[in-house]
Amino acid sequence: MPDPGIPPAGTAAPGEAAERDFAVVGTPFRRVDGRAKVTGSTRFADDLSWPRMAFVKLARSTVPHARIRGIDLTRAERVPGVLGFLTGADLPSTFGILPVSQDEHALARDLVRHVGDPIAAVAATSEDAAHEAALAIEVDYELLPTIGSVEEAIATPEPRLHGYADRGNLHKVVSMEFGDVEAGFAEADRVFEDLFFYDGNTHLPLEQHATVALPEDEGRVTVWSSTQTPHYLHRALTRVLGLPASHIRVVATPNGGGFGGKSDPFGHEIVCAAMALKLGRPARIALTREEVFYCHRGRHPVLMRLRTGVRADGTLTGQSLETTLDGGAYGSYGVASTYYTGALQTVTYRLPRYRFEAIRAFTNKPACGPKRGHGTPQPRFGWEVQLDKIAVELGLDPAALRLRNLEQPGTVTANWLRLGTVGLGSCIEAVVAGSRFRERWGRMPEGRGLGLACGSYLCGAGLPIYWNHMPQSGVAIHLDRGGGVAVFCGQTEIGQGSDSVLAAVVAEVLGVGLADIRLQVADTAFTPVDLGSYSSRVTLMVGHAAREAAERARETIARAVAAQLEVPAERLVFAERRVFDAADPGRGLAWEEAVIAAEARFGTLATTGSYIPPRSPGKYRGAGVGPSPTYSYSAAVVEVEVDRETGVWRPVQVWIAHDIGRAINPALVVGQVEGSVYMGLGEAMMEESAFRRLPKARSHALVHKFPSVLEYKSLTFEEMPPVTTYLIEEPDPAGPFGAKEVGQGPLLPIPPACANAIFDAVGVRIDQVPIHPHMVLKALEAKAKGRPPRHGPERFPEVEAELKLATGRKSKDGTMTERDEALRAGSVAVLTTKLEGKRGE
Amino acid sequence: MLRLPAFRLRQPTSLAEACRILSGEGPAARVVAGGTDLWPNLKRRNQKASTVISLARVPELAGVRAGGEVRLGAMETLADLERAPALVTRYPALARAIGSISSPVLRNLGTLGGNVCLDTRCTYYDQNEEWRRSIHYCMKAEGRICWVAPSSPRCWAVQSADSAPMLVALDARVRLASSAGEREIPVAALYRDDGIDYLAKRPDEIVAEVALPAESDAAHLRTAFFKLRRRGSIDFGVLSVAVALRTEGGRVTDARVVLGSIASFPSPAGEVARALIGAPLTTESIRAAAQRSRAAATPMDNTDFDPRWRGQVTPVYVERTLRAAAGLDAADGA
Repeated sequence: MPDPGIPPAGTAAPGEAAERDFAVVGTPFRRVDGRAKVTGSTRFADDLSWPRMAFVKLARSTVPHARIRGIDLTRAERVPGVLGFLTGADLPSTFGILPVSQDEHALARDLVRHVGDPIAAVAATSEDAAHEAALAIEVDYELLPTIGSVEEAIATPEPRLHGYADRGNLHKVVSMEFGDVEAGFAEADRVFEDLFFYDGNTHLPLEQHATVALPEDEGRVTVWSSTQTPHYLHRALTRVLGLPASHIRVVATPNGGGFGGKSDPFGHEIVCAAMALKLGRPARIALTREEVFYCHRGRHPVLMRLRTGVRADGTLTGQSLETTLDGGAYGSYGVASTYYTGALQTVTYRLPRYRFEAIRAFTNKPACGPKRGHGTPQPRFGWEVQLDKIAVELGLDPAALRLRNLEQPGTVTANWLRLGTVGLGSCIEAVVAGSRFRERWGRMPEGRGLGLACGSYLCGAGLPIYWNHMPQSGVAIHLDRGGGVAVFCGQTEIGQGSDSVLAAVVAEVLGVGLADIRLQVADTAFTPVDLGSYSSRVTLMVGHAAREAAERARETIARAVAAQLEVPAERLVFAERRVFDAADPGRGLAWEEAVIAAEARFGTLATTGSYIPPRSPGKYRGAGVGPSPTYSYSAAVVEVEVDRETGVWRPVQVWIAHDIGRAINPALVVGQVEGSVYMGLGEAMMEESAFRRLPKARSHALVHKFPSVLEYKSLTFEEMPPVTTYLIEEPDPAGPFGAKEVGQGPLLPIPPACANAIFDAVGVRIDQVPIHPHMVLKALEAKAKGRPPRHGPERFPEVEAELKLATGRKSKDGTMTERDEALRAGSVAVLTTKLEGKRGE
Repeated sequence: MLRLPAFRLRQPTSLAEACRILSGEGPAARVVAGGTDLWPNLKRRNQKASTVISLARVPELAGVRAGGEVRLGAMETLADLERAPALVTRYPALARAIGSISSPVLRNLGTLGGNVCLDTRCTYYDQNEEWRRSIHYCMKAEGRICWVAPSSPRCWAVQSADSAPMLVALDARVRLASSAGEREIPVAALYRDDGIDYLAKRPDEIVAEVALPAESDAAHLRTAFFKLRRRGSIDFGVLSVAVALRTEGGRVTDARVVLGSIASFPSPAGEVARALIGAPLTTESIRAAAQRSRAAATPMDNTDFDPRWRGQVTPVYVERTLRAAAGLDAADGA
C-alpha cells in the first residue's frame, strides 16, 4: 500500500533500486498504526478504564538510604475513599530483569536505597484520594551513609547496598584481555592516552509509565502495561505474585516512547496487579513525571581511560579501555551494561589486541540501565574523539584514518564477535562527500567547524536474558476464508514502527495489501513469545520469524492452487492479491479464492515461524554480551558554530549515513535516523542526570536535581538543525530481506562528531558530554593562557589490583591472523573448547 | 499525573467585585489570570489556596489603550501583546521581551499581569511535595533554610518575569486596585530584593494595568532586549538584559540598563548606566561600560547553567545588547 501522500524519503538512491522486485519492502508506506496515533484513537495504558476501577498511588522514599523502622498508615486510612494498602510484607519475593540481579522489591521490605524508592501502595476510589492518602503515609527511617559517586562507592565498601556485589559496593568487576596489548603498544610509534567522561541521562518518553490490572475468575489476572518487554514482565509477575504463569496474562499497550526506559519489570506493575487481586477490582496506576525519573534505567555515567597504540601511518596496534559505571541503586541490566561499555569497541576498526576492564558501582540514586545504544555510546564517544586526536597529531585526514583501519565483512574481532556485512566505508564516503569534509575540514573560518565520527550497533542481542534454547521470536499466521491474514506475534510497538515491519514482511511474502493484515501483538496469552523491543532485535528477529511463517502459508496455498490450476507450484507468483502462473499471468486465482482452495484441501489454515540467532564463536566469561547476527554501521559529520566569547555552541547541520542493509520501510528508517540524531544532540549539548547533595547535618538529601521535563533539558525544534540522511543499502544475508537495525546505531556518532567539530571550530578539546558552554569557555581561556586547550576529567580512580578478576584470558596467540586462520580452517570449535578449558586462569 | 488540589473558584465580573472578594477572603485566596504560573505551583503544593479568584470575566482588565501613554490591561494575553501594533511600533523591545516568554502555547494563556506577578523561581523550590520533603523543604515554603546559601537569612529565589526588566527600563508604571482604592507606582517600585516577599504590592491589591510613558518620550528612546536561556523556546531566562537609552547630539543623556533573571528582582546595572551617560555610543565606550555590569550580576546555583559562567558572560551580553540599542549591530539576538 504505497501511500502517494508520503514523498520518497531523502535517501541516497542505492544502485540496486532498479532491480528490486519487491511490492512492499523498500517502498515508503504509511505506518499501520499512524492514523490512530495522530488522531488520538490509540489506546495507551492510561486510557484504559473499567467500572469500579481503583486508583493506585505509591508512597516513595524521601531519603536516599535508610532502614525502615516502621510504616504508619493511621492517617492515610482516614482519607475518604481509601480502599486498601500494600507494603513490602505483602510482596516478599525479589525480582529483576537479569537472573543474576534479582535485587528489587516491588515495595521496600527493609531498606530504601534512593529517593523515590517505592515503600507502600494505596488504592482509592479516585486519584485525588489516593494521592492524599499516599502523602499521609508516615515512614520512620534509620538513616544510613550514602554513596553519590563511583569514587565514594570504592571508598565505602560498607554498609553494602546489596550483599551480592562482586566486592563491597562494586556491583560488577570485569577484566579481560584478548592478545598481548602491551606487546601491541611496544609495536606502536605512539600510544595515545585520554580520559573521557559521558554523563548520565534519561529516556524522557512522552508517555509516563502506566499499568492497568483486571482480576478475573479462578484467581487469574490480566495486566496491561506500557512495557517494552511483556514476556519478561510476565516472568517477574509470576515470580512475585506466586501464581502459575498460565494464570497471568500480560498485554503490552502501545508505548508512547520507550528508548529502553520501559525494558525492566517495575514495582508499580507488580503492585497494580497485586492490588487488583487483593481488592477484587480493576486497578490502574499512572506515574507522574517525577516518578518516571525515579524509575530511570537511563544512560550510565561512565568515566573512561582509553589507551591506543598507533603506527606513524595510522595502523592501530592495540587498545586498552577502562571504564567505571555509576550504576545507581539496583542491578537492572547493569551487568550487561558493564560489558557493553567494552564489547563493541572492536567492530568498526581493526584492533588486533584489546584489553577491557570495568567496574560498576552501586550508588544511592535511581538505577541506571539500558538507554538507546545501551552502554556503547560512552566508549564510542571516547574512541571517536581519540581517533580525531590521533589524526590531527599524525597529520592524517580523519576520514582516511578510519578507512585505513576499517574492519572487514565476515571477520571475527579480537573479542570474538563475528561480523556480517560492513557498510561503514560507504557510510564514511557518503557523509564526507555530502558535507564536503575533505575540502572544508580544518579550513573553515574561526568559530565554524566540522567533525566526523562513526558508530556501530547490534542487530539484536545474540542471547536471551535468561538461558534457554527456545526461539527468541515467534510468529503465527491464521488465514481466514475472506482472505484476511491474522498475524500473531509477541513483539511490542514502542513507536519505532515494529507493527509496520511485521505487517510489511507478511504482505510482501503473501502478495497481499497491508489492509488485508490484522495484527495481534504483545499478548502473552494469545501471541507467540517475542523477547521484547530492546537491543534493536525486532526487525531482524521478528522479520525472520514472520517471513518463515508467511512462506509456510504461501507454500500451503501454492500446493492447493497448483493442484486446482494444474500449474507447477514453483511457477506460481503471489502478487497484487493474486496467485498466478509466472508463465501465463492471466491464469490464476484471486487471493480469497486461493485461500478457499487451500482451506478446502487442507483444513483450517495456520502456520508458525520462529527465529534463533546463530551461535557466537566467543566462549569466554562475558562473551554473551556483544554477539549479534550482524551489526549496523553509521557515520556522521556535524557542522557547528561556536561563540568564542561565551562558549555557546550550536549544531548548524548534520549529515548522517546509516548502513541499513535493506530498508523495509525507508520512511520509518529515516525517522529513526533523525530521532537518533535528535537524541544524540541532546546528550552532546545538554541532557544530564544531575543530583543535589545537601549537608548531612541538615537534610542528608541526595536528590535528583530536576525531575521535570522543563528543567531536565532536551532539544526543542528550535535547536534541531537540518539533517541530511543517506541510507546505505548493502543487503546482509543475516537479515530478513537483507535488513539491519536502525533504532539505536545512528545515535552513536553524534556526540563525538560534535566534540570533534568544536575542536575544528575553535581548537579546544572537550573530552566529556554534555558539552556545556562554560566548559568550552574554560578551555578557550586555558588555550589563551598557553595551557592545554582541554576540558575534561583529570583523574581515573585506581582500584586495588586484586579487585580485577581474571575473567578473560591472557595469551599471546590471540592475534587476529591466528583467529582468521583458525576460522578458515573451520577449527572454531577446537579453539573455543580450548578457551573454555582455560577459563579462570 | 499531578492533579490540582480542591479549592473554591470565584469568577467575579467586575474589578470592584474581584477586589471585594479578595479583601474578604484574605491571604488564603489566590488570584488567577492565565494560570500558567499558579496551576503548576498549586499542583506541586508549593503554593496553597482555599479560594481562587479568576479574573477572566473582569472586562476592565482587558484592552490596549494607546493615547499619549500606552496603557496595557493586565489580562491582555502575552500572545496578543507581542503582536499589538502599539507595542511593535513604539516599544519593539518590550514586544520582543514578551514574545520571549515561555512558548507560543503558554503565551496564548499567560497574561501581562500574571507575568509581572510571576512567582520567583529556584531549583530547590519548583519541585513537587515529595521532593521538597526529601530536602526538609526550603525557606520559601514550609522550611527554614535557603539551600542556595544555607547560612543566609534570606531567600535567593530568582525573579524571571521577562517583561519586568524591560518595563523597569522603560520607566513604566503599574496601577494597583483594591477595595480601599487605587494607586499607581513605578514598576521598579513593585519589586523587592527578596525571594519570598518579592512584590511590594499588598495582598489585597490586584495588578490592573501597566502604563508606558507618553509617545513623545518613547520616540527618542533606543531600546533593546536580550534573554539568555538554554533553548530557543519554553525556558525561563538565566540572564536578561533590558536597555533603554536617550541620546542628544550623539551623546547619551539618559541610560537605563536592567538585568533580569539573575536576582530576586529586576536589578538596575547603575554603574553601566552612569558610565554611558555623557559618552558617545561607540564600540569602545560600550565595551567599557558593559564591563561594569559584572558587579550587578550575582548569579546563584539555583537556575540552569553554571552560576560562575552566568556571571562571567554577563558583560558580554550587556555589551551586545547595548550595541543593538545603539544600532551598531543588526540584531539584538533575543
